[in-house]
Amino acid sequence: MNDMTPITLTPKDWETDQEVRWCPGCGDYAILKAVQRTLPEIGATPANTVFVSGIGCSSRFPYYIESYGFHTIHGRAPAFATGVKLANPSLDVWIVTGDGDGLSIGGNHMMHILRRNLDCQILLFNNEIYGLTKGQYSPTSREGTRSPSTPFGSVDHPAKPAAFALGSGARFVARGFDVSKKLPDVLKAAHAHKGAAFVEIFQNCIVYNKDVFADFTEKKNADEGQLWLENGKPMLFGNMKVGSTKGIALDRQKLTLKVVDVVDGDWQAADVIVHDVTNRSLAHMLVEMPFGLFPMALGVLYDDPAPTFESAVIAQNAMAAKGKVPDIQKLVSQGQTWTVAKA
Amino acid sequence: MATVAQITPDIMPMAPIAPDAVVVRFAGDSGDGMQLTGGQFTLSTALAGNDLSTFPDFPAEIRAPQGTLFGVSAFQINFGSTDITTAGDAPDVLVAMNPAALKTNVIDLKPGGLIIADTGEFNDRNLAKAKYTANPLEDGSLAKWQLLSFDISQRTLESVKPFGLGNKEALRCKNMWTLGLALWMFDRDRQPIVDWLTSKFAKSPVLADANIAALNAGHAYGETAEIGGGGLDLKQLHVAAAPAPAGLYRTVTGAEAISLGLVAGTQLASLPMFFGGYPITPASAILHHLSRLKEYGVTTFQAEDEIAAISSAIGASYAGQLGVTSSSGPGIALKGEAMGLAIMTELPLVIVNSQRGGPSTGLPTKTEQSDLYQAVYGRNGDAPMPVIAARSPADAFDCAIEAVRIATRYMTPVMLLTDGYIANAAEPWKVPDMASYTPFPVTFMEEPQESGFLPYGRDEKLARPWVKPGTPGLMHRIGGIEKQVDTGHIEYSPANHQAMTELRRDKVLGIANDIPDQAVEIGQAGGKLAIVGWGSTFGPIYQAVRRARAKGLDVSHIHLRYIWPMPKNLGDLLKSYDTILVPEMNTGQLKTVLRDQYLVDARPLNKVSGQPFRIAEIEAAIDAALA
Repeated sequence: MNDMTPITLTPKDWETDQEVRWCPGCGDYAILKAVQRTLPEIGATPANTVFVSGIGCSSRFPYYIESYGFHTIHGRAPAFATGVKLANPSLDVWIVTGDGDGLSIGGNHMMHILRRNLDCQILLFNNEIYGLTKGQYSPTSREGTRSPSTPFGSVDHPAKPAAFALGSGARFVARGFDVSKKLPDVLKAAHAHKGAAFVEIFQNCIVYNKDVFADFTEKKNADEGQLWLENGKPMLFGNMKVGSTKGIALDRQKLTLKVVDVVDGDWQAADVIVHDVTNRSLAHMLVEMPFGLFPMALGVLYDDPAPTFESAVIAQNAMAAKGKVPDIQKLVSQGQTWTVAKA
Repeated sequence: MATVAQITPDIMPMAPIAPDAVVVRFAGDSGDGMQLTGGQFTLSTALAGNDLSTFPDFPAEIRAPQGTLFGVSAFQINFGSTDITTAGDAPDVLVAMNPAALKTNVIDLKPGGLIIADTGEFNDRNLAKAKYTANPLEDGSLAKWQLLSFDISQRTLESVKPFGLGNKEALRCKNMWTLGLALWMFDRDRQPIVDWLTSKFAKSPVLADANIAALNAGHAYGETAEIGGGGLDLKQLHVAAAPAPAGLYRTVTGAEAISLGLVAGTQLASLPMFFGGYPITPASAILHHLSRLKEYGVTTFQAEDEIAAISSAIGASYAGQLGVTSSSGPGIALKGEAMGLAIMTELPLVIVNSQRGGPSTGLPTKTEQSDLYQAVYGRNGDAPMPVIAARSPADAFDCAIEAVRIATRYMTPVMLLTDGYIANAAEPWKVPDMASYTPFPVTFMEEPQESGFLPYGRDEKLARPWVKPGTPGLMHRIGGIEKQVDTGHIEYSPANHQAMTELRRDKVLGIANDIPDQAVEIGQAGGKLAIVGWGSTFGPIYQAVRRARAKGLDVSHIHLRYIWPMPKNLGDLLKSYDTILVPEMNTGQLKTVLRDQYLVDARPLNKVSGQPFRIAEIEAAIDAALA
């Protein structure tokens, strides 16, 4: 909507003059860099970009991006974003939230924005802890998490963000982690998807939940711990150089996934699944794949666009208004009327 | 003096000397279609040129168990040839479709008033459900009233026989038979109702025909039957048209008037409207009305909850439309935090609160004025917000426009208070001439500012600029954290919070310079007694003060539209009276605010029964205050 001379932007153009107030070493810094690196590459313009957030460490994000930004109230960012996008569908809307903001207090709104399929990018920073309120366990914390509010360990079962998103009807589900070099690619895919694009970003809270994802994010664990999915490519992981390649195959008896060894690179012989981002059944299995027995599925798990909410609303508004000339005088004069003559 | 003209037994129904006002109440089972009957009778009344006011009173349950006392649904209408501002204190005529309806309503009927009862429903089963040990139609217990009882059910069945409906469906035409009789009683034209039935049942003409036949049969019964019993002979009553200024009129409910006012307001502001709502009684009607008005730049969004409804509206305001949300007490409570954000981010927003009895779920379908504290004070922090209140269905139109004007001129959320009574009640409305309204178009900041852009810079009214996302060169961030003066950057310093709190307060208080001085409705400044009201108590207060003044009492009526900030002259005006009495359908909320603001001895007159004030109740309080 802004006909400005195209200027090539750099990550620097997306930095604000605000002092970043996250803890030194926080994973959020790496995510901020990844986003600032991504935005110029996707051709975004600061004037047309809106970052909407709720409350929590992650939700300070808009203050650090040189665009329009709205830091709203706890858990409600999806609802604000819905109003923004319906009022002006040409805006490029990003939602930044966390595991507490997006899945606890705001779980309801998260479900509805996904089922409605509002065109936006939803970045859920999952650090499995409440950071800004000083370390209480969150809805994604693993059972037994000791925190100020659970000194004897948490007893409730954690929510799985990607499974929640898919179950809510999301048409795009992806995963990445803060320091991953591949995060910008995941963000680009999310942006390219027309509709609600849900991205779970594992984020290291170095103060309250340090290294909770180290089992797959650390370099030494990357080969065995990370399964980077690519559409049309076999699901392979492991150290391919030393020949310990593994793959994901379907256990046809149990209708579950299984890890198989790939001998001499012959993944076809091992019946390794070729990733299809439009296969919803497969996506359901990937989001439920238990880490430990399996690697962590990363990248784009599911991407199958459907008509968006704002386009449906606009189309219906236009259809309902078609052929009707707005006339406020006529409107107030409608219904059963009568005239009182001059006495 | 119109509202409660006596229809004594000797003139009604025996000798029909035209009264200048009549109160009729239709009461039946919640499945009997009493609201529909009342609505159509209202239409015919309006078309006959009478002034009128209605009071629909129905249970919270959609179809409460048949025949029960709590399942009774009633519709009262007061109509006359003079100025009508209330639904009337006590009915002259009660139409009771079953024993429960009789039992719960007859107590309100004037002595000598007329009961029309359907004997077909006064069987043992229904009598037991209504907890009657004997049939009141036969045991003489209704002696102080006139009774016309006959088998409406049977007559309805006979009238619709040719259409081959099932028994249940046929009996559902009972309300139209009754309406037909009522139309005859008050000398009304049937054609508008026939037209309405034809269009309502366009898809099943046989139902239209059956209902029309029932309507005609009821009318013919009045015309031809000699109604026996105690020698009663029902006669027609013609209530003359009320004198009214020349022009085009229509009936309007509060919910309709608010919807139309919001559309008119956004048109005057040259803005599209975004309405975020969530279903709640009695506010949903506004969402229903607006959802049909897309051609006026209206987008309606039924959100997943009350919080999402207001949040989406604020998001839309941020993006450059006028965000509007609407609810009732419990939903308004849920929206409180988001209102604080709108105050902090200084975005325009209109919040309509159709008040109902509380706290908690309270009385979903009954009226109350008990959200005044919530409107003025009900948020965390020092969170000033303008509040205005509508006095009647028709007044709600102008109030909605005023809410839009204040919200956009001052970059602030505004709460518009109405209540269940105003939302559902109908009254005649002189269709406004839209050309007589001065537009107040909004100006967005669109150009880069040479001296540097200050998102929280302010104009002479202390309003900050409205900048739409999408505007090049004016990117900025807003949020709920305290802002630095001018720049809007995050800033927690003590002096800054002091300054910003005062700015937010002064901006809202400054609206007092932009609203009319408080007028005296009836009477004059100074004197023995002022009755100070707000909202839907207008009608009964107005009539009570008129009557008291007719008796020579020194009493004036002051009615507030602006609850916050209050008009600049209000303090001096209040202090010019010896006594101030504040009738409210709560336990004294405006009374407390007046005491706080002006240190005046405002005295409460409270009613929290879920029913509007009766004129007589306020009249008695006036007498007592001046005794």
